[in-house]
Amino acid sequence: MRTWDWSYTGHVMPDLLRGLLVTVEATALGSLLAFALGLVWALAFRAPTRWVRWPVRAVVEFVRNTPLLVQLFFLFYVLPSAGLTFSPLATGVFGLGLHYSTYTAEVYRAGIDGVPPGQWEAATALSLPRRRVWIAVILPQAIRRVVPALGNYVIAMFKDTPMLAAITVLDMLKQAEEAGAESFRYTEPITVVGLLFVLIAYPTSLLMRALERRLGT
Amino acid sequence: MVPETPDPAAERPDDASPKADPAPERPDSPEPSGDSVGTPLVRFEKVCKRFGDTVVLDRLDLDVEAGRHVTLIGPSGSGKTTILRLLMTLTQPDEGRILIDGAPLDARARKTIGMVFQQFNLFPHMRVLRNVTEAPVHVLGMDKDEAAERAKGLLEMVGLGDKLDARPSQLSGGQQQRVAIARALAMRPRVLLLDEVTSALDPELVAGVLDVLRDIARGTDITMVCVTHEMNFARDISDLVVMFDGGRVVESGPPEALFHSPRHERTREFLSAVR
Ligand SMILES: Nc1ncnc2c1ncn2[C@@H]1O[C@H](COP(=O)(O)OP(=O)(O)O)[C@@H](O)[C@H]1O
Ligand SMILES: [Mg+2]
Repeated sequence: MRTWDWSYTGHVMPDLLRGLLVTVEATALGSLLAFALGLVWALAFRAPTRWVRWPVRAVVEFVRNTPLLVQLFFLFYVLPSAGLTFSPLATGVFGLGLHYSTYTAEVYRAGIDGVPPGQWEAATALSLPRRRVWIAVILPQAIRRVVPALGNYVIAMFKDTPMLAAITVLDMLKQAEEAGAESFRYTEPITVVGLLFVLIAYPTSLLMRALERRLGT
Repeated sequence: MVPETPDPAAERPDDASPKADPAPERPDSPEPSGDSVGTPLVRFEKVCKRFGDTVVLDRLDLDVEAGRHVTLIGPSGSGKTTILRLLMTLTQPDEGRILIDGAPLDARARKTIGMVFQQFNLFPHMRVLRNVTEAPVHVLGMDKDEAAERAKGLLEMVGLGDKLDARPSQLSGGQQQRVAIARALAMRPRVLLLDEVTSALDPELVAGVLDVLRDIARGTDITMVCVTHEMNFARDISDLVVMFDGGRVVESGPPEALFHSPRHERTREFLSAVR
């Protein structure tokens, strides 16, 4: 077995860190999109008319139950043939955000259902307008209690970003692969990529667990 | 519409308002007592409410005149909360009508009704002052500063002038309930609904809340519809006590009469059980 080559490791580090930046960027933007879209879905689940509820439900179930990789390929290869062309990173962010919004939608739904009925009743007794009930009374309480669950999906998304390599995004994995292809040494770059993932994901998940304890159930 | 007459005598005969028996009386027919009465502020007309097979209210007729304080008593499950929830539009009648000032209870009429709940139901993520200003600002369109000034006045009145910046969770149950009273009053309701507002409180905190309500009963012309097991309080503030059981009014009358000489065995049993 060949031994670990430290100087080679140092040599590939800058590329890997550049890849890490792309990975973090994709996670951050993808999360924002997943938070926003998921909230839209969760509110649409409660729309007064089934002409909104049913189609949204169908789309969400469809997206949740097809693999992310297939969705990424679809967005990357099929949409351009319909005249819609985006950069690989933008396509990846959209794919991640859309896919994960189907999970965050359920998280929000549970959070909204968890707000005690007495809060709705108090809001009704004060005649607060519907918009105001959502913005000032229900959502602040619902979102507070689902922050840890949302955080866990951010971690899961972070660990899914290597899939973006499949649509030519130069994320950490893609950088490692290219370095390896150049020098025929994969051990160092791939190992470092794994370590960087752990180094970021594990402390973040500990943070989420602590947050969960602090917010109480 | 019958013109307003000088305040009908405080000591009204006990058959004056709610009809104890479901007599085939027309809703618009004059009161049997002979003294003419203006349109009642609140009127239940043959209201039925069922949950599945459970008939909670069975063709209920109930009038509450403006400015009156009516207390509903009756065993657990007799539909007292349901009556208040119907008035607050938290649930809808299956049959019959509810009229406010002669007009059907709608979103606009609802703004004239306030409610205080057994479990307080304060907004836990808002500070005390914001709990009280939220509705005046966003429903009545009141200026923020004006709403805050009024809220401070109300909170002072309920003895919480020093808790404006507290979170509800930092307050005792009695204090939370007094905030809830201030929150309801901030909407300047014509009718205040009180559903066992001291039942969830530790015994030593009950008096403080009841004192606040006594002050409101004495010092304002707000109409009150109250559900309570505090019989002394009911005697102090009520013009009329209505006894419910089995979805119907068993009997009703001024508190002295109803508490001292109940006419029905069910009322007697109930009163001896709660005392
Ligand atoms: N949302 C509901 N669903 C089913 N049954 C209900 C509901 N609300 C009240 N009930 C029933 O209606 C009856 C009257 O309830 P309620 O008005 O709360 O009585 P009270 O306040 O006099 O104790 C009870 O039998 C109760 O179980
Ligand atoms: Mg009750």
